[in-house]
Amino acid sequence: MDWTTLLDIALGAILINNFILVQFLGICPFMGVSKKMDTAVGMGFAVIFVMGLAAALCYPVNLLLESLDLRYMRTVAFVLVIAALVELVEMFLRKSLPALYEALGVYLPLITTNCAVLGVVLLNVQEEYNFIESVVYGIAGGAGFLVAIMLFASIRERLEFSDPPKAFQGFPIALITAGLMALCFMGFSGLQIPW
Amino acid sequence: MNIGKQLKEGLITQNPVLVQLLGMCSVLAITTSIANGIGMGLSVTVILTLSNIFISLLRKIIPEQIRIASYIVVIAGFVTIVDLLLQAYLPEIAEGLGLFIPLIVVNCILLARAESFASKNTPLAAAVDGICQGLGYTLVLVVMSAIRELLGSGALAGRQIFPANYAVMIMTLPAGGFLTLGCLIALVQWIQRKTKGGK
Repeated sequence: MDWTTLLDIALGAILINNFILVQFLGICPFMGVSKKMDTAVGMGFAVIFVMGLAAALCYPVNLLLESLDLRYMRTVAFVLVIAALVELVEMFLRKSLPALYEALGVYLPLITTNCAVLGVVLLNVQEEYNFIESVVYGIAGGAGFLVAIMLFASIRERLEFSDPPKAFQGFPIALITAGLMALCFMGFSGLQIPW
Repeated sequence: MNIGKQLKEGLITQNPVLVQLLGMCSVLAITTSIANGIGMGLSVTVILTLSNIFISLLRKIIPEQIRIASYIVVIAGFVTIVDLLLQAYLPEIAEGLGLFIPLIVVNCILLARAESFASKNTPLAAAVDGICQGLGYTLVLVVMSAIRELLGSGALAGRQIFPANYAVMIMTLPAGGFLTLGCLIALVQWIQRKTKGGK
């Protein structure tokens, strides 16, 4: 296993091709749960967890589908795997780690409809990543989500006290803010590992 | 049946994107050219209409506890059909939309309409609702992609309107998507405020 490839994938997923600000995956929770810092962080960690697990689980599922020549069933199979996974994680956490379960609260079930999770699984297939690369890409993608939502939440907390034109209040000004953040993230586009 | 009212709600007063704020990901991501916008909008309209009809037909059979999972399976089935059809007959559009065709499965618009409308109404009403909401979505996509394509590359539907040298490159990049949608929603809020104030 080549460490530089893994580092390259991780760096790409977190900064250069950030899931939210460059690839537009997972905008709904990004806009929905970024009003407060602590909920944003909770959501971010839940997403890292589920994305890593989903990437790991869907890899064998994809192999199975390919061996049965059922490639066209990918979307249906992956969605079901993710939905079942989120449900399982929820049950497991409630039983064994109630503290973490309390902290994540309603954000767990919401992750099923987070397109970043399905997106990372489909991208893994598209890029033909192997098992370890898939898992790294899943976790790094989640980390990219966490970075973006944390930055966005801290800006939004300050936005509360700002005084934009009436028509821009609420959602529009948040979108413009995200646009400016996307501009900043464009600065990473030339980033490369020097070795 | 009140088709006129449903159409007005889908296109303007309850527009899925501008008012209900659903399905942001695809709206931001694929509106870089008008062809993409129309392709995506019509795909979603077709899938939404079909899944609405199907879920409405099954609304008395699906048990309460697993309804969300059932909706997702129905939607995923139709998405797969449309995905394969696009790849076979319109490969250019399928290429342009890429990942976002399979991602229609997790588009909140479909699940929201299934949960709030199709599961409570007759198949015919659900079909009309699907078409109206889908057209509202398509309208936003077309407007946004027209703005972004014109400003970003100086072209409209592939025809050059002004030299590309004067174009604002940023509008076709991700940041431009956020800025355009922000301004559009602000415009809608401004109009709502005006019309309410006039009453």
